[in-house]
Amino acid sequence: MVDQTNSSVAMAADYATPTAVKPDLRTRLQNLIPKLVLSPSLALILVFVYGFIIFSVYLSFTGSRILPVYDWVGLENYEKLFRLRHWSIAIKNLGIFAGLYIAVCTAIGLGLAILLDQKIRGEGFLRPIFLYPMALSFIVTGTAWKWFLDPGIGLEHTMHLWGWESFEFNWIKDRNFAIYTVVIAAVWQTSGFVMAMFLAGLRGIDNEILKAAQIDGASNWNMYRRIIIPQLRPAFLSAFVILSHLAIKSYDLVVALTGGGPGRATEVPATFMYSYTFTRNQMGIGASSAVIMLMTIAAIMVPYLYAELREKK
Amino acid sequence: MSVASTDNAISTGRITRAFIYLMLILFATFYLLPFGIMVLNSVKPLSEITGGNMMSLPQVFTLEPWFKAWNSAQIGVEPTGLKPYFWNSLKMVFPAVTISTVLGALNGYVLTKWRFKGDTILFGLMLFACFIPFQIVLIPMARVLGFLGIAGSTPGLVLVHVVYGLGFTTLYFRNYYQVFPTELIRAAQIDGAGFFRIFWRIMLPSSGPIIVVSVIWQFTNIWNDFLFGASFADLDSQPMTVALNNLVSSSTGVKEYNVHFAGAILAALPTLLVYIVAGRYFVRGLMAGSVKG
Repeated sequence: MVDQTNSSVAMAADYATPTAVKPDLRTRLQNLIPKLVLSPSLALILVFVYGFIIFSVYLSFTGSRILPVYDWVGLENYEKLFRLRHWSIAIKNLGIFAGLYIAVCTAIGLGLAILLDQKIRGEGFLRPIFLYPMALSFIVTGTAWKWFLDPGIGLEHTMHLWGWESFEFNWIKDRNFAIYTVVIAAVWQTSGFVMAMFLAGLRGIDNEILKAAQIDGASNWNMYRRIIIPQLRPAFLSAFVILSHLAIKSYDLVVALTGGGPGRATEVPATFMYSYTFTRNQMGIGASSAVIMLMTIAAIMVPYLYAELREKK
Repeated sequence: MSVASTDNAISTGRITRAFIYLMLILFATFYLLPFGIMVLNSVKPLSEITGGNMMSLPQVFTLEPWFKAWNSAQIGVEPTGLKPYFWNSLKMVFPAVTISTVLGALNGYVLTKWRFKGDTILFGLMLFACFIPFQIVLIPMARVLGFLGIAGSTPGLVLVHVVYGLGFTTLYFRNYYQVFPTELIRAAQIDGAGFFRIFWRIMLPSSGPIIVVSVIWQFTNIWNDFLFGASFADLDSQPMTVALNNLVSSSTGVKEYNVHFAGAILAALPTLLVYIVAGRYFVRGLMAGSVKG
C-alpha cells in the first residue's frame, strides 16, 4: 500500500522540481532503497541461521567425528542417539525440568502479580526486588545457588548452627534430587519476569466490567476465576512460549550449578550436545541431538508465530 | 499501552491485606537472599566463611577478596584476576549492541513504513531466528569464523552476537513503529523527503523508549552470554562469564569462596547497574510492544 503511494508521491515531487531529468530512474531507486536497507540483515539471517540449520541437519546424517565429513550414513546417528542411556537421561531431565519450571514460574508469576495488583503500598519498591534476578547471568545465579545449597557450608550448615540439628537439605549432592535444585535456581531467576508479564496483563483489564460484577455480588474469588484470569490468556500463552524455549535452551545454569552432575544426574540435551560434539568427538551424534532440540522448539514456536503474525495483518 | 488503568476494582479486608503483605515480604526475601548473602560473604575473610555462619555479619570487614578477584585470582593458567576479561566483555558488548540496534531500527522502519509483498514472511523468518537453540549453529559457526579468519577473536564474537540479536531488535522496532502514524510519513514524502531523511528526522527523534529497550535487552543478553563465549573465544577474547566460570569451577587449591563471590558480583555489576538505572523503562517498553504485540 505504502509502496504505491510512495511512487506516486515521488512522481509528484519530481513534477514540482523540473530539474529532475530522469524521473523514472529516481523513482525506481527510491523504491529500491528500503529493500537494499533490509538486505544485509536478511542475508545474515539466511546464511547464519537457515544455512547453518541446513548444514547441521546434513551433518546429522554423516559419520562426522572430530571434524565434519560428508559421507552419508542415513539415520544411523539418530538410531545411536536414542539407544544411548546418556541421551535418555538428558531427555527425562529436560522433561522434569521444563515441566516444573514452566508450572512453578507461571504459578508464582501469576500469584505475585495478583498480590501486587491489590493497591499495595511500596509496589515501586517490591517490583524491582522481584525482577532483578533477570538481569543476572545464569553463571552468577549458578554460583550463588551452588553455594547456598551446598550442605557443608550453605543453608543446611546454617540451620545446624542455629540449633536445628536434624535439618537436611542436600539435594544438590543427591543423584535423585539434583535436577530439582536446577528448577529452584531457574525459577528464582525468571519468575519475577513472568510476574511482570502478568502484571501488565492485569493492568490492561477494563475495570468497568469488574465494577459491574461487584454490583452483581460476585466474590473476589469468583471475579478472578471467571473474569480476570480468563482475560489473561495472551499473557499465559506468551509466558508459556518464552519459558518453554528458555527451558530447552538452558545450558549455562546447569554448567554453573551442577556441571551436569553428580554423575550424569542433571545432564540435559544442551549439555549433551556440547560434550558429544566438542569433547567426545562424536559430531554426527551431537548434530542429531541439536536437530532434535530445534524440532522441539519449532513445534512450539512455529504455530505461535504463525498465529501472531496472521492476527496482525 | 497497559498503563491505562492502574487502579483495581477489587477490594480486600484487613486480614486478607495482612496475608498479602506477608506473602510479598516472604517472596522478597526469597529473591534477595542468595544474592544478598553472596554480597555479605564477599567482604569476610575465608576463615569466617568456612568456619562460621553464612548469615552472620562479618566480624572482620575486608575488601581483599574484591581486589583479589579483580587483580590477581587464578583464571585458567594465568593469575590475572577478572580485569582483562571485564575489558574483553566491554569491547565485545559495545559494538555488538550498537550495530544490532541500528540494524534493528532500520529493519523495523522498512517492515512497517515501506511494506512490500512478502515482508511478513521475511519478518517471520527473522523472528523464528530469535528462538532457535544455538546448539544447531555451533558447529557451522565454528567453521565459518575460522574461514573468515576471526575465530577466537572479539570481532568474531561481535558478529555472532549481532546476527543472533537481530531478530529481537527488529521485533522491538517493528512493533513500536507499527503504531507510529503513517500519515506523518506521507506528509513528509509530499514535501520531498526521502527514505533516510524521514528516518533521521521523523522516526528516530521519537524512538527513545524503544531504543532504551533494545539497548538494555541486547546489553544484558550479550554481557550474560556464556555459550558463545565458551565456544568461540580464546584467551584474548574470553568474556567475563566464561572467566567467572573458570574461576569458580577450578579444582586446584583451596576454594576461596569469598573471592568467587566478589567475582560473581563483579560479573553481575554492569547489568545490575543498567537495570537499576533504566529497568523501569525496560519493563514498560517491553510490555508496550514485544513478544506479545
